[in-house]
Amino acid sequence: MTPEEEIEFKQRRKGRNLALGAVLVFFVILFYALTIVKMG
Amino acid sequence: MTDSAALYLPTDWRDFLSLTKPRVMSLVIFTGLCGLLAAPGYIHPLIGFIAVLCIAMGAGGAAALNQWWEADLDSGMKRTAKRPIPGGRVRRTDARDFGIALSVASVGLMGIAVNWLAAIILAISIVYYAVIYTIWLKPRTPQNIVIGGGAGAFPPMIGWVAVTGHITLMPVLLFAIIFMWTPPHFWALALFVQSDYAKVGIPMMPVVKGEASTRRQIMAYAVLLLPVAAAPWFIGGTGVIYGAIAIALSLAFIVLAGPVALRRSEEGDRMKPEKRLFGFSVLYLFALFAALVADRLVYGQGLLA
Repeated sequence: MTPEEEIEFKQRRKGRNLALGAVLVFFVILFYALTIVKMG
Repeated sequence: MTDSAALYLPTDWRDFLSLTKPRVMSLVIFTGLCGLLAAPGYIHPLIGFIAVLCIAMGAGGAAALNQWWEADLDSGMKRTAKRPIPGGRVRRTDARDFGIALSVASVGLMGIAVNWLAAIILAISIVYYAVIYTIWLKPRTPQNIVIGGGAGAFPPMIGWVAVTGHITLMPVLLFAIIFMWTPPHFWALALFVQSDYAKVGIPMMPVVKGEASTRRQIMAYAVLLLPVAAAPWFIGGTGVIYGAIAIALSLAFIVLAGPVALRRSEEGDRMKPEKRLFGFSVLYLFALFAALVADRLVYGQGLLA
């Protein structure tokens, strides 16, 4: 892997981690809200 | 695969997003939401949001599975050669796993949060599109668009059932409307877009049965669309607001289909009637479903008692 490729590799990995993190946070909030609604 | 980057670089998350065909999804979300808003009864806004989210996730999963299966065909056609898999940006197996994960998650969430009948219909719609249409019938019959229209017809039905919890004639009629609408919509496009479907062995109607037959069939579906679109009003499922708009829109559809049905394209044809019909067909569906919701708001919610 060339240094340029390594930079690209790290950028993409970071982007994916952030995207997946956002999806997980979204679903945590969604399930919390769903629980409240279902209990009410 | 022209570019081997997908083999060792992590896939950009945007390429996963584009696997879900976001532009097709906008129509799916709109019709699903309209089915949900037009249905009688109450649904908590959050549950309604989850229902639409599940419809969108299911459509995205089915789209990813479609591209997993058709990666070889897509690489052979100009319009699709740049998609994530033929473009070498996503591994085929990743697309398959992503599609299955989205599909399973959407059905499970729909069942837990909304109701299991809606979840079952959602599961049927995904299998219908990804397996029955994409894998089985699309490469085998020139009726593929008629059959594929069935897949696009599920969202308003699922939205409706998310609210009511059971199937009645109304959600079936909403299904039938999109089912009848899809063939003239797509074939109008197929007439003016030079496609490479023949090259990759997909039997599209204009290629198999010829232009004249396709033009006649566009007219046949346009005429049949009128009674189907007006049926929700005939059976008393909607008020006259929807009924009048449905009949007006459907008559306009037939009027615009007329020149398409009666003419033949010539060398260097600009295909204006076909483009006009295609453009109108998109407007038709948006306006028809908006009218359905408006009708419901006025009569159902008593805004105009």
